[in-house]
Amino acid sequence: MQVTGDQFTLAAALARNDLATFPDYPAEIRAPVGTTYGVSGFQIHFGADDVFTPGDAPDVLVAMNPAALTTNLRDLKRGGLLIVNSDEFKAANLRKAGYAANPLEDGSLSSWDVLAIDITKLTQAAVASTGLSSKEAARCKNFWTLGLMYWIYGRSLEPTVRWLEAKFAKRPELVAANVQALKAGHAYGETAEISHHRYDVPPAAVQPGKYRNISGNIATAWGLLAAGQLTGLPVVMGAYPITPASDVLHELSRHKALGVTTVQAEDEIAAICVAIGASYAGSLGVTVTSGPGMALKTEALGLAVSTELPLVVVNVQRGGPSTGLPTKTEQADLFQAVYGRNGEAPICVLAAATPADCFAMAIEAARIAVKYMTPVILLTDGYLANGAEPWRVPDVSKLAKIPVTQRTEVEGFHPFVRDPKTLARAWAVPGTPGLTHRIGGIEKDFKSGHISYSPENHELMSRTREAKILGIAEDIPEQGIEVGADHGKLLVLGWGSTYGAIREAVSRCRARGLDVSHAHLRNLHPFPRNLGALLGKFERVLVPEMNLGQLVRLIRSQYLLPAISYTKIQGKPFKVDEIESRIRQELEPGDRPSATNGSSAVHEEP
Amino acid sequence: MNDVVQPTPLTRKDFSSDQDVRWCPGCGDYSILANVQRVLPELGVRPENMVWVSGIGCSSRFPYYMSTYGFHTIHGRAPAIATGIRAANPDLSVWLVTGDGDGLSIGGNHLMHCLRRNVDLRMLLFNNRIYGLTKGQYSPTSEAGKVTKSTPDGSTDYPIDPASLALGCGSSFVARAIDVDADLLGAVLRRAGKHHGSAFVEIYQNCVVFNDGAFDAFTAPEVRPERTIRCEHGKPLLFGKEKNRGLRIRPGTLELEVIELGKDGMTEADVLVHDETNAPLAMLLAHMPFPEFPVATGVLHAVERQTYDAALAAQHEAAAAKSGKLSLQQLFETGETWTV
Repeated sequence: MQVTGDQFTLAAALARNDLATFPDYPAEIRAPVGTTYGVSGFQIHFGADDVFTPGDAPDVLVAMNPAALTTNLRDLKRGGLLIVNSDEFKAANLRKAGYAANPLEDGSLSSWDVLAIDITKLTQAAVASTGLSSKEAARCKNFWTLGLMYWIYGRSLEPTVRWLEAKFAKRPELVAANVQALKAGHAYGETAEISHHRYDVPPAAVQPGKYRNISGNIATAWGLLAAGQLTGLPVVMGAYPITPASDVLHELSRHKALGVTTVQAEDEIAAICVAIGASYAGSLGVTVTSGPGMALKTEALGLAVSTELPLVVVNVQRGGPSTGLPTKTEQADLFQAVYGRNGEAPICVLAAATPADCFAMAIEAARIAVKYMTPVILLTDGYLANGAEPWRVPDVSKLAKIPVTQRTEVEGFHPFVRDPKTLARAWAVPGTPGLTHRIGGIEKDFKSGHISYSPENHELMSRTREAKILGIAEDIPEQGIEVGADHGKLLVLGWGSTYGAIREAVSRCRARGLDVSHAHLRNLHPFPRNLGALLGKFERVLVPEMNLGQLVRLIRSQYLLPAISYTKIQGKPFKVDEIESRIRQELEPGDRPSATNGSSAVHEEP
Repeated sequence: MNDVVQPTPLTRKDFSSDQDVRWCPGCGDYSILANVQRVLPELGVRPENMVWVSGIGCSSRFPYYMSTYGFHTIHGRAPAIATGIRAANPDLSVWLVTGDGDGLSIGGNHLMHCLRRNVDLRMLLFNNRIYGLTKGQYSPTSEAGKVTKSTPDGSTDYPIDPASLALGCGSSFVARAIDVDADLLGAVLRRAGKHHGSAFVEIYQNCVVFNDGAFDAFTAPEVRPERTIRCEHGKPLLFGKEKNRGLRIRPGTLELEVIELGKDGMTEADVLVHDETNAPLAMLLAHMPFPEFPVATGVLHAVERQTYDAALAAQHEAAAAKSGKLSLQQLFETGETWTV
């Protein structure tokens, strides 16, 4: 199903629609077919206007069996088009999905425009000439359905035919069967008198340039590749496979020719230690993980803070705590990123807002890491990692170079001699004559870098490390406004992957005449230097998050503002409607639509 | 004009830092440090091209006393950090110092994977069979029933043998030495220094404060010849002051036995000749129960095989040759794109 979704996405992108996607698949590798927990879904929102989210309520739902229908029907708009594979609506499957009666026959689907098609049988008939067994032939039904969808939306079959030819180059019989299925599904649309279901979605108006579709994990990997080139440093990634972060490791391990070394370490601790060792030796050390792995890296992060080595740590957040919801999304690791270490161990924390934004933020993380000799945590999440959107391919030669200084001057050297402006310590790399030195996790003397247990020195070093990180605020962009005025009644302040939903919700509310603006934080620690002043220009600040209220507490504690928390923790992104309702609840007190779908507002003071 | 500048020969002083050594008086670590500083100049690696990496524990203070690059890291993780250093710069000579707690307890996993990968580094494990820095708890190499502060009724664990573990991990070089046996330690360090791949060296090291005399039964000078056997490649496995006892495979078994030359018609021809490339033999030697057998020292096992670093480098070269010079721009434009 994910493959079909990817192909449909590509077709929409090639038709120049703006789009956003949301794959939703089970944690189990091959969950039993027909069960509700085995349903693998793929949602896409595309259009001729700007698209910021995968959408709240689909206009079209394709359900390949009863389990897919029962898990997704609640989201389909009333009156929307429902395409079902009626072959699969047999007693056993209906039972597995919890249906007492066949919904195709009992009238329960009368609110929707149902197109029930014997997709399995039609597919088997279409590929009969290829000699595949009937079981193998039935496996082509997704491509038959894709062909029908291509007819409905007037898409070209060619890119998918090319993809099948490349994918199954060694199994020509599979290419033939899937192409025949694809074409048969397309032809079915022509002949089955369903032309009232055809849609024309014209191209979106976007900035001129060359575009491609990109997911957050690939954008993160490519950002790290670019960071290597822009700094002129080899990139060494230590990583341990973990959902939903592994694709970053997979992608980087394909690009040795671009100067990347990947080490699949024995565990999460070793993974970050490999990266720290690499940075110590003069490379750009990076590691990527998700929540439980982040917990294991905690001690080593402290070492990187103490030894002041550059390091990029990407946390692709997922539902927690513990194993939690491995394939679902959440934003509950913000406190962990900002505070989660023993001792006073300040670290710069960034967050990407959209899948494509992961590219720029990965580069920014590397820039700060090498300039300030510090670990930088980049927070993405499962929604960004697997979601995709069109990305305007940058001209690599025009990306800003990142200057890197590795010390060679012997005069006046000690390992903790600092740049007076950035407070970054000297990066003296093994192999450099005259600069041999020893560093470690024990406190260092401010003036010599030697071991020191002096009380005054520890205070000085602790405050210096803190000042260094807070000083980054002078080196990052001021906080801007995404939508709306820079003052007014209500500011919706978001961070991370809630970007699309907030932006669309705020835009809708403004269209209703409400005085609301949207600001989105990419710098979580330190905050942009003007943030306090900006927040002060609004009567109220609303902070939607996929956790129990973490950014809101940071904002309250830093600026002593009674910011309002709005949270959702279901492993699923916010719907635009949910945020829109919450904004209206704030600004239209007479007309209080309640938040939908079980979301609850958290108002308590920390 | 073609003056060849002869590099000044390195001396022990080139490897000694200006920091006061803070081990307890009489600690076996002093002897190890002195021997390391004595042998290193012979390897011809300049101090700036050498990195000493350690974890946490008494032994892990070692890098501070070397005037090379040094990284005193966190408990048990030195092998992983050293792997990162080698991955980033395979030209550096990397030495790792660990102990029985750091390397076998909290860091056992990293030690295992470092050795199996054959990362090109030297790993010196100072085994004193006790936790010293935390003031005297039993360690993974403490004998069963060890009474310590944390085990007032005796430990209930069986100990692990570090050399056997290293052999089990597929280490390409496994040796044993004794802190106070300068000749043996020097010879082992020289060999380890020249080995390509993970060179694992277990050093029996006496902790005077918390486990004094732990190895006296075979390391004390008066018993050492009778209670240890120094393994040297290609030489018969003989021991004893008179070199009159030796090891052989007990006929019809897969066991070693001690034989006495001149007794029961035994001659030197009956004695097993040490073959350091033979891993099963190394395992038999490492496993010999004491005091029925002597403790095997020296280079138990050494083979050359591709190192992790070399394999990485080979993949990089192959990738560069295969994709030519695919630029980042080209990568970004691979697959389906569209122009607006």
